[in-house]
Amino acid sequence: MNNKPKIGVYVCHCGINIAKTVDVNTVTEFASHLPNVKVARNYSYMCSDPGQLLIREDIKNEGLNRVVVASCSPRMHELTFRKTLAEAGLNPYYLEMANIREQCSWVHEEGERATGKAKKLVAAAVSKVRLLEPLQEKEVDVEPATLIIGGGIAGIQAALDIANAGFKVYLVEKTPSVGGRMSQLDKTFPTLDCSACILTPKMVDVASHPNIELFTYSQVEEVSGFVGNFQVKVRKKARYVDVDKCTGCGACAQECRLSGRIPSEFDVGMGKRAAIYLPFPQAVPAKYTIDSQRCLFLTRGKCGKSPKCVDACAAGAINFEQKDEIAEFKVGAIIVATGFDVFDASRKPEYGYNDYVNVITSLELERLVSASGPTGGSVMIGTGEDASVPREIAFIKCVGSRDKSVGNEYCSRVCCMYTAKLAHLVEEKIPGANVRVYYMDVRAFGKGFEEFYDRVRREGIRYIRGNPSEIFKRGDKLVIKVENTLTSTPMEDEVDLVVLGVGLEPRKDAREIIDLLRLSQSADRFFLEAHPKLAPVDTATDGVFLAGCAQGPKDIPDTVAQAKGAASSALVLLSSGRVKVQAQISFVNEATCRGCGFCVEICPYGAIELVTVNRMGHQVSVARVNEALCKGCGACAAGCLSGSVQQKSFMDRQILPQIAVLGGMR
Amino acid sequence: MNTEMQGFIQKYDLLGCIQCGRCTGGCPVTVRTNLNVRRFVYDAIDQSMLDNLAKLPEIWDCTACNTCAVRCPKGLKPVEVLIGLRNILVESGVIQPTVRDALESVFREGNPWDKPRAIRSDWMQGLEVKIAEPGKKVENLIFVCCTIAYDPKVQVIAKNLVKVLNKAGVDYGFIGDSETCCSSEVHNLGEEGLFEMMVEDNTELLNSYDAARIVTISPHCYSTYKSQYPNLKAKVIHYTHLLKEILEENKLEITREFPQKIVFHDPCFLGKQNNVFDEPRYILGRIPGAELVEFERKRERSLCCEGGGGKMWVESESRKERLAETRVNNARELGATLLAVACPFCILTLDDALKAKGFEEEMRVAEILEIIGELV
Repeated sequence: MNNKPKIGVYVCHCGINIAKTVDVNTVTEFASHLPNVKVARNYSYMCSDPGQLLIREDIKNEGLNRVVVASCSPRMHELTFRKTLAEAGLNPYYLEMANIREQCSWVHEEGERATGKAKKLVAAAVSKVRLLEPLQEKEVDVEPATLIIGGGIAGIQAALDIANAGFKVYLVEKTPSVGGRMSQLDKTFPTLDCSACILTPKMVDVASHPNIELFTYSQVEEVSGFVGNFQVKVRKKARYVDVDKCTGCGACAQECRLSGRIPSEFDVGMGKRAAIYLPFPQAVPAKYTIDSQRCLFLTRGKCGKSPKCVDACAAGAINFEQKDEIAEFKVGAIIVATGFDVFDASRKPEYGYNDYVNVITSLELERLVSASGPTGGSVMIGTGEDASVPREIAFIKCVGSRDKSVGNEYCSRVCCMYTAKLAHLVEEKIPGANVRVYYMDVRAFGKGFEEFYDRVRREGIRYIRGNPSEIFKRGDKLVIKVENTLTSTPMEDEVDLVVLGVGLEPRKDAREIIDLLRLSQSADRFFLEAHPKLAPVDTATDGVFLAGCAQGPKDIPDTVAQAKGAASSALVLLSSGRVKVQAQISFVNEATCRGCGFCVEICPYGAIELVTVNRMGHQVSVARVNEALCKGCGACAAGCLSGSVQQKSFMDRQILPQIAVLGGMR
Repeated sequence: MNTEMQGFIQKYDLLGCIQCGRCTGGCPVTVRTNLNVRRFVYDAIDQSMLDNLAKLPEIWDCTACNTCAVRCPKGLKPVEVLIGLRNILVESGVIQPTVRDALESVFREGNPWDKPRAIRSDWMQGLEVKIAEPGKKVENLIFVCCTIAYDPKVQVIAKNLVKVLNKAGVDYGFIGDSETCCSSEVHNLGEEGLFEMMVEDNTELLNSYDAARIVTISPHCYSTYKSQYPNLKAKVIHYTHLLKEILEENKLEITREFPQKIVFHDPCFLGKQNNVFDEPRYILGRIPGAELVEFERKRERSLCCEGGGGKMWVESESRKERLAETRVNNARELGATLLAVACPFCILTLDDALKAKGFEEEMRVAEILEIIGELV
């Protein structure tokens, strides 16, 4: 190819997005006089087919070998125009974009100064594009397997879809059973179908599917590599029970000395379990686990004369010698489906959650109304002889949601409807109970939601507009201090039971996943998707996808839909079998590198290592870039003290002239 | 006035309100007055209504306890809207004579009690008190509240603090006659101009000392210095912080047995507004022989005594039971023999209530320093 640059500059109107603020004709005229510019044109939508055709025709007819498109952010259309160049036979990396929309027209008032800035941006791009070098895109094979982190409904659904498509799935769940939050729920809104009944068949499928390898009571410890080629290390925590021998009969738990003494995680403290336990009757796998933090034998080395579980187990499955195991495997894609935590109600001390047994959370009530729950489905306050049935019951919505005072500005999206559902169930279970719901707004936006809200109101659930401010006890009643805002009446409402409609929060251990996979968080602290509208299941890390509440609060239908989306995105990768890797990567001038290792430290992708080379008879240490791992972020090049690390298309000699032109702005 | 009125919406972020009602729901005085602070936030959006709103008597029922602001899910401060309305009245000069006198007294004498500045330190007579000198290093610069300095009923608080500090051998210094009102109540009464001036003067005075910490005795001074004086050099603490420190380091021994059943009343300006809950309880817990009990409405849910927000100078029209009386009743139901507080306003309101109820025989209201001073 002729090395003398022949540049085409294309100024986009973007309808009126750019043209209303920037005088595109002036910019085009200006560009046509810049050095090495052969053609300068403007067009209403450069990204449209006719817009791209303009470029391709000029490359052919005018012999262009460099192209500047002055339009939007390269995040939007850099790939579009690279393809345009490639189609015309030009190396796609001979393209430079000048962002005169996000960086100019959208942020400035119309007029000369905006046009002046657009000129500078174009001139800077022209000065750089002359110096660009052709780059080659490499492709690598994709490992035809997927890691799914989290065995709730999102992880289960994604696993089944991918496995059914014929690809291998490794499903890793932290707790002893799959099922997640959905398995804790009694009925689901707005259809009131039994949560367990619709979930358990899927749990069983996951365990028995030939393409799914299930790791329960396990945690992902390490992920390295890149899209298509991730190396994964999983720790299978010791259950101290041989799962091949355990029949799930439960004799061990019955005999355990701590039986009924340890708060059950599954029942959110409303019920008790033993030190050896099955989280819930339909758990998958139906294998017992010993809680090593509680078990007398494991914590003190002694449990009476001999551990009762061992004596009780006919199968001889208990094994106190069991150790954690590490499993390692390769996958091409990863789906993060780690779910949510409910808001910790003790962070709103004005509601007295820590002080009163009859102030409970919605999740605790789910366990109370559930037939498989600690009370067998009856709504009771307290336990044993003191237990009583509440008559006056109040629900409070938006506890820990839409509330800046606890740092959660977002709406949790499910509380309005689960409150309606729980209110309905309570009314059904306690005939004659007076149930009221204190609310700020009712957001019944989903399919069948408004109809359900209508139904429960007509059933006699009283909706009172006002968000309670305080709860305290007077005699044996709870007093809710609240204002009925529709009648401007401050009240003290006396009730027997308060149910706090707690919101959804990111998992407390979300940090571990972030560090593991280099994910970002949005302002609400949930995992950040690549684009809120057009890439809702992708992340900034290629090959890593999101599903379910890990990305933000959502209900079961939305979670399942997103899980299917994430599965589909993973399948696109797996079924194509090959993936392009970044071409604009870093490289090291080993002759000048001093081996200080600073770049190794700052590389967020672990893509640089120090190697020993022979330099004129001396063994010296220099940095070397792993081309498959490098994502082209440029941190190393910016950080290198000797200028030895450079990034392709962003080399010092390419960007310094560009900066010089911008420096003359004003 | 007009630009000021338009500023109302921005200044108090009125459009951020979603009318959830947590402010009014939590407001302690709704059980005895007509105040509905949410309605004021809503109505104040209409500029033309401001003058009429300012004339409603219930804007003076607010005790500035700040519950409305603490509870607001959108970060608004409804209490400040009421204070803004009081400001409209102050600006136009239509205020009660008691309020006018208090404000004038702050302006002239540096205290709201109409007492001469020259006698501010009279409470020190007969005591060995170290006075801090401007420019000289002092670890703890003690700031005495105007009420404590002048009101013989509560001067014992300051006196006992001197006793405690001397015994513990702590490096401290008092300010003396130049000490000037923190003006918490000036702000709450709506005199914004005077408040700004006092903040400037007081900042200059307090910064003239080379103090590591300013130790306030009243939670009202504490809260005001902490949140409304942005340019203070020294760290601001409450005396309960210091006293806890002294006891933890075993610099002071509480030797005498005190076989009393004590219930602690959390002052709004200390607890709700600044989350100081544990320090007073720690101190009371160190008293030998004492049994601590808790109110049902404790800590974040403490019931206001109605002493703040300018209520010392504005009498409520309500005939219903005062909150201080409710509080004293609750203490008696608990079988408490001592109702402990850590605020001079709380002591005045609760002691009044105790006497009104005629419970003096069975119970006593006392400031923490009052008790500690008796026991060391």
